Amino acid sequence: MADDKDVLRDVWFGRIPTCFTLHQDEVTEREAEPFYLLLPRVSYLTLVTDKVKKHFLKVMKAEDVEEMWFEYEGTPLKWHYPIGVLFDLHASNTALPWSITVHFKDFPERDLLHCPSNSVIEAHFMSSIKEADALKHKSQVINDMQKKDHKQLWMGLQNDKFDQFWAMNRKLMEYPTEEGGFRYIPFRIYQTMSDRPFIQKLFRPVSSEGHAHTLGDLLKEMYPAAIPHDDEVKRLQVVIHGIEPLLDTPLQWLSEHLSHPDNFLHICVIPAPTD
Amino acid sequence: MPVSLLWAVDVYGRVYSLSTGGQQWEQCRDAQLEFKRVTAAQQCCWGIACDHNIYLNVHASDLPIRYQEETYENHRWNPVDGFSERLLPSDRWQWSDVTGLQHQPLDSFILPSKSWEWEADWYVDENFGGEPTEKGGWTYAIDFPATYTKDKKWNSCVRRRRWIRYRRYKARDTWAKIPSEQSGLPDPFNDISCGGWEISEEPRGRLSLWAVSLQGKVWFRDGIYHHNPEGSNWEEMSVPGEVVQISCGPGDLVWAVLWEGQLIVREGIGRDCPQGTSWVVVDSPSPEVGAIHVGVGVNVVWAITKDNKVWFRRGVNSHNPCGSGWIGMVGEMIMINVGLNDQVWAIGCEDRAVYFRQGVTSSELSGKAWKVISVPRDGDRSHSSASASSLQSAGCFFSGEVRGSGLVASASPESFADAPTEPASEAPKPRIPKVTSDSFISELVSDREPGKNTSAAPAILEEESNPAEGEVQDPPAAGIALSPSQSGGPLDPQWSNVDLEEAQSQQAGAGAVLDSADTCSLSSVATYTLALEEPYGADEHPLWAWVNGGGCSVDCHSQLNWFSSLAQSVQSMSLSITPAQTAAWRKQIFEQLSERSKREMDNFRHYEQAIEQSVWVKKGTMQWWRDWKPHKWMDVRFALEQFSGPEGNKDGILFIYYNFNEEKKYLHAFINEVTILVPVLNDSKHTFAIYTPERTKQRWPIRLAAATELEMHDWLALLSVSCCDSRGIQGPPSKQAIWSVTCKGDIFVSEPSPGLEAMPYPTPCDQMFWRQVGGHLRVVECNSVGVVWGIGYDHTAWVYTGGYGGGFFQGLASSTDNIYTQTDVKSIYIYENQRWNPVTGYTNRGLPTDRYMWSDASGLHECTKTNTKPPSPHWTWVSEWAVDYSVSGGTDREGWQYAADFPASYHGYKTLKDFVRRRRWARKCKLTTTGPWQEVPPIPLSDVTILPCTAQSSVEVVPLWAISNKGDVLCRLGVTTLTPAGSSWLHVGTDQPFKSISIGAANQVWAIARDGSAFYRGSVSPQSPAGDCWFHIPSPSKQKLKQVSVGRTSVYTVDENGNLWYRQGVTPSYPQGSSWEHISNNVRKVSVGPLDQVWIIADKVQGSHSLSCGTVCHRLGVQPMEPKGQSWDYGIGGGWDHITVRGNSMEPPRIRLPSLTDPSAPAPRSPLSARNMEVNGNAVRC
Repeated sequence: MADDKDVLRDVWFGRIPTCFTLHQDEVTEREAEPFYLLLPRVSYLTLVTDKVKKHFLKVMKAEDVEEMWFEYEGTPLKWHYPIGVLFDLHASNTALPWSITVHFKDFPERDLLHCPSNSVIEAHFMSSIKEADALKHKSQVINDMQKKDHKQLWMGLQNDKFDQFWAMNRKLMEYPTEEGGFRYIPFRIYQTMSDRPFIQKLFRPVSSEGHAHTLGDLLKEMYPAAIPHDDEVKRLQVVIHGIEPLLDTPLQWLSEHLSHPDNFLHICVIPAPTD
Repeated sequence: MPVSLLWAVDVYGRVYSLSTGGQQWEQCRDAQLEFKRVTAAQQCCWGIACDHNIYLNVHASDLPIRYQEETYENHRWNPVDGFSERLLPSDRWQWSDVTGLQHQPLDSFILPSKSWEWEADWYVDENFGGEPTEKGGWTYAIDFPATYTKDKKWNSCVRRRRWIRYRRYKARDTWAKIPSEQSGLPDPFNDISCGGWEISEEPRGRLSLWAVSLQGKVWFRDGIYHHNPEGSNWEEMSVPGEVVQISCGPGDLVWAVLWEGQLIVREGIGRDCPQGTSWVVVDSPSPEVGAIHVGVGVNVVWAITKDNKVWFRRGVNSHNPCGSGWIGMVGEMIMINVGLNDQVWAIGCEDRAVYFRQGVTSSELSGKAWKVISVPRDGDRSHSSASASSLQSAGCFFSGEVRGSGLVASASPESFADAPTEPASEAPKPRIPKVTSDSFISELVSDREPGKNTSAAPAILEEESNPAEGEVQDPPAAGIALSPSQSGGPLDPQWSNVDLEEAQSQQAGAGAVLDSADTCSLSSVATYTLALEEPYGADEHPLWAWVNGGGCSVDCHSQLNWFSSLAQSVQSMSLSITPAQTAAWRKQIFEQLSERSKREMDNFRHYEQAIEQSVWVKKGTMQWWRDWKPHKWMDVRFALEQFSGPEGNKDGILFIYYNFNEEKKYLHAFINEVTILVPVLNDSKHTFAIYTPERTKQRWPIRLAAATELEMHDWLALLSVSCCDSRGIQGPPSKQAIWSVTCKGDIFVSEPSPGLEAMPYPTPCDQMFWRQVGGHLRVVECNSVGVVWGIGYDHTAWVYTGGYGGGFFQGLASSTDNIYTQTDVKSIYIYENQRWNPVTGYTNRGLPTDRYMWSDASGLHECTKTNTKPPSPHWTWVSEWAVDYSVSGGTDREGWQYAADFPASYHGYKTLKDFVRRRRWARKCKLTTTGPWQEVPPIPLSDVTILPCTAQSSVEVVPLWAISNKGDVLCRLGVTTLTPAGSSWLHVGTDQPFKSISIGAANQVWAIARDGSAFYRGSVSPQSPAGDCWFHIPSPSKQKLKQVSVGRTSVYTVDENGNLWYRQGVTPSYPQGSSWEHISNNVRKVSVGPLDQVWIIADKVQGSHSLSCGTVCHRLGVQPMEPKGQSWDYGIGGGWDHITVRGNSMEPPRIRLPSLTDPSAPAPRSPLSARNMEVNGNAVRC
């Protein structure tokens, strides 16, 4: 692999093999077979699980079906986080395929947002992109786009069209050369053991002295505990798209290449495996 | 942009230069002397040294400055001796100039100065009008003066021959004294300013040099140009007062400051009169305070008044050199200089730092803010001993200075008024800095007391009593320690005080130790604890006296590393040491991502995908140039349907939906059939053309116009990606790739199929797929190891970086690295036409049948100054309309060319029969784009050639030859696959300018001179990359050759009438060959590849729908035994300007025809093939 663009492809085409099983409390007419699927890491659970729903509805009565939701080892999975983030946060370092339990009742209102239709996902996705562009370009790029351009971004994600998506998304990734990067890096740091959903603050890609900020610089400011101290056993892992980039990776590069389609750099800080 | 230099002088008279690519001031170490002033052009720097002489520093270049001396040897025939040197008494001299009027024996030629040397001895010129004489260079005539021929006839009574000798300017990159030839200079120079290079391009490298003497007189240096860098002599210009300082801009602006504080402006400067005619006085910006300094550019004037205020002159241009009014600016400066692009440089009044005016653009000439240049000097840390010694010489300098101004004093009491040697003896007068030769000393002093009109002496005394620098030693004691070997006689104690006070800070910065030769920072810490606490603190910065940006090519877009703090510059330097490409973090990400894919996907490929692949349709509205007559633009709907092909590769179909007679119809094209997408930008529509093999045959592409440029680029980028995807092409072009350039400067590249040169059935060249590469070029040349060079319209040389994309290809269609900004400049020409009538002479009233009075070259289209636009929105004007004198045929002094009528052949002088005249106006426009190209500075080129290597050959150093835009032949050293830009040029001497060059296998170098003759370079080898001598090859009769291309064994040339010629009889033992054989006409350019394959750009190729000019054609039937081939195959076009197939060394799969199985048998030149050749020899197919 030689080119940075291959990274974009790898990120886009990242897939998580998943086994969906119906929760035992769900009432079925006959035994529900588990359903196996390759989930795109950059997409959203409710956007790509039509087949799952169809599969399980075959064995259920219509009156027993409410809104479908997912849970992994007791944790309800928030559909509005990208699938890759959910996996990295809750299930990395576990055996594949990822085993997700499917529910059709007892919707955990406190933990999850309702997702009645794809337009809700689209609204969430577009608002993320707009928020990210507000940080990157004071919203100038996204506001210059036409409605159909916005649609192209969404359709690209929905239909898994890399070229369609990136033909438009590249504009969101541009910046004036003399500035050396975006105004602020749109990022979110997720952690498993916290009340806060995620950390998100203003952080510039270039320091006031003019040198490029790295992933380490970001963590030092946002989450110092994530940086291992000298000769200390690593307690926490910093995971983006299932990989652990070196701490001296320039943040601007990460934002351009390892952001999700929503234009945010989603960083998971998880406990390191003990073995 | 090539690296250029900003020059400055510090208060000690040391000259420094700062490179636009550098981050520290480099001291000009070779200068034995201290300098007072410097003034720079891009090619040289002039200075006044403390010995009051003027010095010139011509920058070294790979191109030598050589001057051709010539003289003629004349003979007359007499019956006794035959031709002999005995001439008739009425005849010319035996040795004379070309006219015969000037006596010029060989030994009368002497070198003009010590800076010149002879290159070799005299020799006879064998070339006569492009043809070799082969008779000792003699040309014959009936009598002097007459027409000479190269052949002796029965009535030839006289003969002559031309002797040539070259002298070379050797004093480059060193300060060479300009000999003060005449006694007419009574007093030494005090100020100097060069400029005026934009006034005229003829002669090349012409400069105006203005100087001011201590007495306030103004002098103009005559005859400075490229071949005579020192100029000829000084000419005094009368001035209305005593001038103290002068400034000459790159164009026709010259301003000077008078002693009394007014300014004077030179008027009447032009092409014919670079020194101008008269002065106009302009008042000082402020009525009470006079001006002391002025700096002018092309369209700006900046001035400084005695209170150090900065002023900007409104409304200055070449029609109104005086401008209209002053505007006060922020900042306090002691001097100001306007460099190239009207960029402004100044020296701060308080801190003596060099300032750059930020944000100066052509629309905002006054800029935005002052920005201090803070970069270290090369001597600041390491060269402590050097700085000590220069301090020492600074001492000498000042003592010498005192003597010098003492001499002057007797001649000019006024200027002596504040000469500091006798400050106490004079009544205190208002101090005016920058008046005497030692102005920077007085300013140094006066600066400490700004505004106070005191004499120098009190200022010095104040300095003495002020231990501001934390000195630990008595200044006089330091003076002794500093200069133990001081031999310059007793110094004026006050002056040494001033020096040392400044020296001290300098010394601390240098970390030098006064009493030890072995400098060691420890001891300097001990000595100067206070100063060293902040080694780069505010007190430590160098104190500058003078800055000049006349050679510094920056503009508001330039990326300079001059303003950053030290920490930053170190940071960026360390970054450049570890290129991002090889960084560990990147490797880590690449590796982990592929591990991740393996971990998460490899064992689960049988799982179902969550999202089913579907067809993606992109729609839009466009205009289409409809296929049927009358042709016009019509609104259509346009759609691209993309889907995955059977092998997983993507494919698509283009649809154009239109209405025909109220009926809905559509046109479609398969993406995998599209051969090229050509953007056609003009100022009215954003159009592009789509070709398929069928459309190429018809010479009738699908032409579409998008609503906006952005929309067009989006579509082009998308279609281009789709086309590449469908053909499985990605990444950069291969080494074998065929490169071509359109007449718009767009660059296209095609991957040759293995069957492209196959026999007997090659891939038809209308099926070749071309994709665009960013950038803008006029010429591109490559070879099969991946070395690719290009030349822009402005003759800039570019080397290919290995990237792809750029231009409007962004994101996925472009590589992230190796894409750089590229600029190009070209001239747009329009013609002013006039007709003579008996009453008013020539007027702009023509006959009703005449062409437009303002037109293009053809006269068919009206082109006025106001309605003529740059070629496309990407181009912007960068100059005003100006008369172009460099038209072939010559012009009169106003640029007019005369003729009997339109259209006719024009000549540059008026005769009685001339009823019409025209002149050409030129305006430059500039394009800024991006592409995988990096500039190869500094020599502009007109042609380049790279040795075509066969696929197997492993050359380490790739021979590359070029022709400079002045016609010099150059050989590039150090070109390898890793360093395709090479290292330096080796100049190959010629007796006349050249225009085309080509190197073929076995180091055969062929070249075409500007006079249309061909030359073969002998003995070129890897050991002797430049060869040893030129062999003159006669051109085909009555033809002037234009271009040459040499393959493995084939040599092809194109002449100015579009004929293609093949060189017969080229063998290893006789590489010059024997004769020219005509192959085809209507040929514009030829490219012969490493397999001897022949490709041309042909004119007038007839398609089924239209005729095209500038079409790529491929010679069919070229075989080892039949190198001339048989017929042409027609590819993409028209509008193509250049092609190079010199990278394609892929041997085609061999299919031998039965008749050719025995290679030892001579190839039968059957009448059939000969006839075919004639039929198809013409690139026109009717």
